[in-house]
Amino acid sequence: MTRAAKLAILAALVVAAFALSLVAGKQWLPLDGDAASAIMIELRLPRALLGLALGAVLGLSGAVLQGYLRNPLADPAVVGVSSSAALGAVAAILYAGGSSLAVFAAAMLGAGGAMALLAALTWRSPSPVAFILAGTVLSSLAGALTAFLISTAANPYAIASVLDWLMGALTDRSLDDAARAIPPMAVGAGVLLLTARALDALTLGEDAARSLGVRLGRLQALVVIGTGLTIGAGVAVTGVVGFVGLVVPHLLRPVFGHRPSDLLLPSALGGAALVLVADSLCRLAPGAGEVRLGVAMALIGAPFFLGLLMTYRNRAWI
Amino acid sequence: MDLTFDHVGVSRGKRRVLHGIDATLRAGRVTAILGPNGAGKSTLLKAALALLPTTGVVRLGVDPVATMDPRARARAIGYLPQDAAVHWNIRARDAVALGRLPHRSAYAAPSAVDEAAIDAALAATETAHLAYRPIGELSGGERARVLLARVLAGEPRWLLADEPLASLDPAHQLDVIARLRAVAAGGRGVAIVLHDIVQAGRLADDVMVLKDGRIVAFGAVADVLTPATLEPVFEVAFGTLAGPHPICIAIERLGR
Repeated sequence: MTRAAKLAILAALVVAAFALSLVAGKQWLPLDGDAASAIMIELRLPRALLGLALGAVLGLSGAVLQGYLRNPLADPAVVGVSSSAALGAVAAILYAGGSSLAVFAAAMLGAGGAMALLAALTWRSPSPVAFILAGTVLSSLAGALTAFLISTAANPYAIASVLDWLMGALTDRSLDDAARAIPPMAVGAGVLLLTARALDALTLGEDAARSLGVRLGRLQALVVIGTGLTIGAGVAVTGVVGFVGLVVPHLLRPVFGHRPSDLLLPSALGGAALVLVADSLCRLAPGAGEVRLGVAMALIGAPFFLGLLMTYRNRAWI
Repeated sequence: MDLTFDHVGVSRGKRRVLHGIDATLRAGRVTAILGPNGAGKSTLLKAALALLPTTGVVRLGVDPVATMDPRARARAIGYLPQDAAVHWNIRARDAVALGRLPHRSAYAAPSAVDEAAIDAALAATETAHLAYRPIGELSGGERARVLLARVLAGEPRWLLADEPLASLDPAHQLDVIARLRAVAAGGRGVAIVLHDIVQAGRLADDVMVLKDGRIVAFGAVADVLTPATLEPVFEVAFGTLAGPHPICIAIERLGR
């Protein structure tokens, strides 16, 4: 099967998952019914749009980071952007009223701060090792500060709303939320797609890549800006959703090949399909409430990933 | 177009790895770079590629390599590192195609010229039959030939290779030697770091001998590959064999 045919199948999956996301829920809606129904437009559509965008950028940034760090275990969390954006959001929930605009702005501020710190820490030696070290430092610092903020919360209700938000969800998002988050995600995705060539060259190692004309400083700037915008906006609007960026490139590598540039577009499509389906399943959970998307991804992702590791453990490339 | 080192020095931390190297490597010839471990051979190649900060200047023709546009430099100078790691299990042909990256405009698919260069490089290294195999399934020697094909596919004016014969069986060593000699015969420059002094005698026109970051000897192969030159450098007693090439063979460790 050609690459174009495989991409077409993935795209069809995304379309089907998007449709599922519109109709699925405690209340199933017919697609051919009154399309202007309030539930469809006000509740399901923004949710489906955000799921599509979030899944796409999580998959794409996972593929880019795995290529850049040449590590199949890398995912957007290692950069520290998501935990920094979460720190900003938690601060806004606790101390700025917690309106969706304030949370979004604070989370983007946190992501921007993380990007600036990453750039400052790795400016002098643009190499993936420096990058992952800086990201790890940033990630644990932001995690610690978030825990500190939570411990200063005025009352248990505030803590509950923070924890609820941190679990990541697409519930009750409005078209305004989608309109705020999707533009930075789209710009960031465009920036990430610019890395394709350089990621391929890095397959041969840093020296060989540089000898092929790759400017590591430029590449690193693209990775920082691209993940900052995509993951920052993603966390800002949905909270922290893990595993997508880690699992999707893995799933697709046997289908689309190992070359990093061949995985970028498929990972975006695969991530979108996965998040849309997972979010639809979240709504169908028994009981009055919903399973949080971040929790569902971890619940699906961890055993799935374990199975993948068991399957591939005898091969050189997992 | 010659490759000229003009008082080139390299430091790693506080340690000087290369001290004021002055030399002109000539196009159309194969220059072998010899020396004991830690002599600065690989560092010399990296300095020529502007992969390291240096003092002094390395020039390709009249252009300082450090200030060349990275893509133009990549088209002019091909580099085969000692590290044969390939980090993803890509197909051999895709690895070879990476050699064409500096020739391709952004986001364009490989052109017919690119495809022809890739095919020629695969043929030259006898790896065409491996083209669609994942690189992780190849033997060390096969992989080394594929990586050499990657550099050849770029058709650089200068080819700098770090230990290209390591991990090859004798037949493929001779093939690679013939290939590198053909590259030089076409008017391009070849500089390779070697440990095998016998192969250096067979492959090279010129030999540069480094020790402790300094040039000990540099000249035509027959003048440099002599026991008198090599013994103090390697601290090994050498003997010579008569033949079409000067053959120096290490015999025993010199007493310290």
